[in-house]
Amino acid sequence: MFGVSNSTVSSSARESDGAGSVGSAGEIWQIDLLTSSGFPDRLADEVLADAPDFRLPANLTITAVRSFLIQGELSRTDVEQIGNHFLAEPVVEQAVVAKNGDAIFDSAPAGTSTLINVLPLPGVTDAEAESALMAIRHLGFAVTAVRTVRKYWISKLAEADLKLLCDKLLCNESIETIVQGPLKLDTLFLGREYEFNKQTFAIREANDEQLAQVSKDWQLSLSLIEMQTIQAHFNTLGRDATDIELETVAQTWSEHCSHKTLAGRISYTDENGKRDYECMLKETIFAATMQIRADLGDKDWCVSVFKDNAGIVRFDEKNNVAFKVETHNRPSALEPYGGANTGIGGVIRDTLGTGMGAKPVCNTDVFCFAPPETPIEDLPPGVMHPRQIVKGVVAGVRDYGNRMGIPTVNGAVYFDPRYVGNPLVFCGNVGVLPQEMSFKEARPNDFIVSIGGKTGRDGIHGATFSSAELTESSDITSGGAVQIGNAITEKMLMDVMLKARDMNLYSAVTDCGAGGYSSAVGEMGEEIGAEVWLDKVPLKYEGLSYTEIWISEAQERMVFSVPEENWPAFEKLCADESVEASVLGRFTPTKNLTLKYGDEVVCEMSMAFLHDGRPPVVRAATYTPAVQTEVSVNGMQDYTENLKSVLSALNVASKHWIIRQYDHEVQGGSVIKPLVGVQNDGPGDAAVVRPVLDSRRGLAVSCGMNPHYGELDTYHMATSAIDEAMRNCVAVGADPKQIALLDNFCWGYTDRPETLGSLVRAAIACQDLSIKLQAPFISGKDSLHNEFSYTDDTGQRQTISIPATLLISAMGQVPDVANCVTMDLKASGNLIYQIGSTGNHLGGSHWGLVTGSSGGHVPTVDADVAIATFGAVFESISSGLIRSCHDLSEGGFAVALAEMAFAGGFGVNVDVSFVEVSGVVDEDKLDLAILFSESNTRFLVEVEPKNQAAFEAALAGVALTQVGTVVDGDRLVIRSDDQILIESPIGDLKSAWQNPLDWS
Amino acid sequence: MTKPKVLILRAPGTNCDQETGFAFEKAGAVATYVHINQLMEDTSVLADSQILCLPGGFSYGDDIAAGRVLASQMQSKLAGAIAEFHDAGKLVLGICNGFQILIKTGFLLPADDAGLPATLTWNNHGRFIDTWVNLKADDDKCVFLKDIDQIYLPIAHAEGKFVARDESVLADLKSNHQLALTYCRADGSNGADLSFPDNPNGSTANIAGVCSDSGRIFGLMPHPERFIDPTHHPRWTREPQGDQGQGMKLFRNAVEFFG
Repeated sequence: MFGVSNSTVSSSARESDGAGSVGSAGEIWQIDLLTSSGFPDRLADEVLADAPDFRLPANLTITAVRSFLIQGELSRTDVEQIGNHFLAEPVVEQAVVAKNGDAIFDSAPAGTSTLINVLPLPGVTDAEAESALMAIRHLGFAVTAVRTVRKYWISKLAEADLKLLCDKLLCNESIETIVQGPLKLDTLFLGREYEFNKQTFAIREANDEQLAQVSKDWQLSLSLIEMQTIQAHFNTLGRDATDIELETVAQTWSEHCSHKTLAGRISYTDENGKRDYECMLKETIFAATMQIRADLGDKDWCVSVFKDNAGIVRFDEKNNVAFKVETHNRPSALEPYGGANTGIGGVIRDTLGTGMGAKPVCNTDVFCFAPPETPIEDLPPGVMHPRQIVKGVVAGVRDYGNRMGIPTVNGAVYFDPRYVGNPLVFCGNVGVLPQEMSFKEARPNDFIVSIGGKTGRDGIHGATFSSAELTESSDITSGGAVQIGNAITEKMLMDVMLKARDMNLYSAVTDCGAGGYSSAVGEMGEEIGAEVWLDKVPLKYEGLSYTEIWISEAQERMVFSVPEENWPAFEKLCADESVEASVLGRFTPTKNLTLKYGDEVVCEMSMAFLHDGRPPVVRAATYTPAVQTEVSVNGMQDYTENLKSVLSALNVASKHWIIRQYDHEVQGGSVIKPLVGVQNDGPGDAAVVRPVLDSRRGLAVSCGMNPHYGELDTYHMATSAIDEAMRNCVAVGADPKQIALLDNFCWGYTDRPETLGSLVRAAIACQDLSIKLQAPFISGKDSLHNEFSYTDDTGQRQTISIPATLLISAMGQVPDVANCVTMDLKASGNLIYQIGSTGNHLGGSHWGLVTGSSGGHVPTVDADVAIATFGAVFESISSGLIRSCHDLSEGGFAVALAEMAFAGGFGVNVDVSFVEVSGVVDEDKLDLAILFSESNTRFLVEVEPKNQAAFEAALAGVALTQVGTVVDGDRLVIRSDDQILIESPIGDLKSAWQNPLDWS
Repeated sequence: MTKPKVLILRAPGTNCDQETGFAFEKAGAVATYVHINQLMEDTSVLADSQILCLPGGFSYGDDIAAGRVLASQMQSKLAGAIAEFHDAGKLVLGICNGFQILIKTGFLLPADDAGLPATLTWNNHGRFIDTWVNLKADDDKCVFLKDIDQIYLPIAHAEGKFVARDESVLADLKSNHQLALTYCRADGSNGADLSFPDNPNGSTANIAGVCSDSGRIFGLMPHPERFIDPTHHPRWTREPQGDQGQGMKLFRNAVEFFG
């Protein structure tokens, strides 16, 4: 590389233990754990279950072995003791113990011939090995290092099949490596001694081409204009730039950390004319919240919005509640388990790092995938099979959320072929914090303290990577951006942090997310200045350069501003629970960021340049709404079959396979579970939890998302998502006057004006409806450039863009959970009503999707109607007039009614001839609209006959139609006068709904 | 009556400690929370307590096997102290991960010449599952289940399948009334043919909870602390509940044992 000079200074060797320390080692022993006969071979069964997706031979046989490599000064008796009495599970496993390389490990089980060993790549988190090392040492054995291996013995396979099996099912190259045949290792140690080597770049002399080249070579993802701005800055400083200075700027200015596109200047044009924004988000969504707060005056219940890691609103007399939803899309595309794992781990740290720290009380997780049945031939090169992605993401969320002891109570899954290269993973967390802990301020001369995980090369360039487009080679070039979490490290961190908070031991906290220490320290010290001693950072293994230490995105770390006099107490608290804690520097009141390695200053930059020096991004945005046409109907419709098809559509079908893998009851506050009804298996609208155990006040969490409407108009897609998220909350009993919203925009390549235009339009919709409904947005996040490029069979370059995807998450409050209702029908003889009016809204509908019909109008929201309807439903639920309530969403009336019936185990007898329909032109499409239109702001409710008059009075002023009654028996009948539109046993409808995703 | 003290043991990855302590306090006990590091350093805190509770969670991530690492620590450092605690007529309760630890330490079912007589291993379907189950109680010995015949509680685990070394272990436990809690159908019936979802994990003999020979050490996979409030019941909006959830009875039994 040109213009780069090195100066070398030797560093003192440092101690590090991680998975073992450099130095004397001892021999490597191997312990294989074989499954006893009569017990399932879980590792092998998992692989075999997915083998058909890859057309692997049906007679494929696999025997798997869990294996541990242990290095140390050990006798055979020691290792036998470890194997038989510590590692092997009694009754179900047997240990085989010998030195690594012994022939005893090479004998193939019956029916197999090839041995594949799968090992985590050096430096990738191997939590099981870390636990084993700690525990074996604890037992008194002189062990220096441990690694885990999965061994697969495989029946004879053609070479191409073996490669397919290894690449797609046994090993993920971004985190693991394969050794075929006998495994023989010389050492289990990682890392090498680090030789200090300060790198500088003569930025002042560089021409444009060289600036661009350095940005590319160093993976800075900085544009030429940004590089020129940095150049100008160093011209005024009159010196060369160090690598770490350029990295720090790149991290701070990255899309991921600064949201430069949406927070930047945008000139937007649509059919209503032109609008120019200086800061688009600030002038739309954020402005809406400011206006609501002003409108509410004394009754303002927002506490901290759009400035901390999560938004904060008031909860009860003592507590506030924080809410954040993040995306973790790109890592999840490459390594679904680790991506989802670190996604949920990251958003939990967001609420932990909000104010002085909120205690996480529930999670919400929403995913977008390509259909899991996609044939392997239809997949573009370089993408994982969608079923692998689904399984990996679900397992990643499950293992992290469950281990953290945070109930995962809400979620949704959307399927669309366009998510094939860019699956979306939204992870959300709600936390509760005492009111007086809602704000923080780092103080000059406080120590900069990091606690939790050690630092390795994990996730280097994650922040700049998530600002770049994925291609078919991403899975081999971006390995460093993929990480695996260790939930227990984060749980330990959380336990001590909440204690330290209540002891007032620190003045500020933030999480270490994208950009690692560079972002965390940079943000906290923005107003003060900071000096960081990079050689003091505890490392997982030796050999990290000072820059790698600074930008590593190693998980489970949080940064605190700790007054020096509190450090001994803080340190002891951490030590008592075996949590790593170190002083990394000091918030020095210099307004500068100073980074040192030993005595060498490697970075000296002004905070002002870092945070305010970025040249504004100016972008054009245009939007032309699609022309909406009347829906086309292909021949005669069999509405009963249509209903079953919609119930079986993957977006509608039961997600019980996922839901039951999540612990949704830990912490003991569960009120309304995700699955409800007589057999605990109907689709609840929103989950409700009591976050404070001795209180009756509840939190409702729900979401809304309709990517299909976006093809017609992203404005109405956005308002529909808001309406859906809010009505889900209202349907269980939440107060519509106190619902907080979050936005998550996941879009395609927003450098294209029309793509950016579709986003700006959605943001304007959020602004408009939020103000009208007095439902403030309190935080949000965006993920742009979700496109996947590849070369097809004919040599053409192809790009798949995700559909415009806006997730709206809603957090409502229930004054007394005793008033909550669920969606399952409760008793025969009760009356069924539709609340709200039906319009001609089959555009983007699920009926259209399953019947292949085109055209139709997109659902819209009438804000005044929504305010009146939500208010009336809340009052009726609160006063006990409603026995069950279900919102009408995907699939409309027919789907909602069917779900209520089979969840409750009752038949229904319904006549829809009195349902008023607006806007339908063709008489013969009236029934279709009544049954399947997806008009917003509608509910189906069940009312006891004795409450009929009171209920109807409570709903005065809102469109209300009594449609029928709950009946004993198992038949759902929907008539229009004497014509039967739909008739089916509820068992058949339930099977149609439950079977598609009932994976074993 | 002075309130009995319950020591709730915390460890890295324990996560049901707060709600379990809350349930004990509601039942009339005083809860203290002690970290395993502290207990291993100084076991004298046990002397103050009448009940030791190992709550649910994922101690040390359930790495290697569920409860394995904490069980190893406790067995090597606390076996004597816990034996002494038990011999003093006190109570030990292990819920979910706590049950796994009590089994894997041998505190609940002691090892003999052939090793530990039983373990808790992976559910038949190979996955973590959160669901509610019907349970039949044998209260002949088990202090915690006194006057309970049948109970409805949630489970949330991946490794809850009880397997014994051989038939004779099972036969002895059964005849000795140590198979204190078994999965059953809603009508209370069970038998060898009970299958998913009534027996949610494939446990041998439908075993969901086991007590010691003394009846004073009890481990169970279901979570009684998750059904202490009427709104915990999954069907409370359709089936009227009492003032308290059914799980409260276990905690009250423990407290009243010292009454």
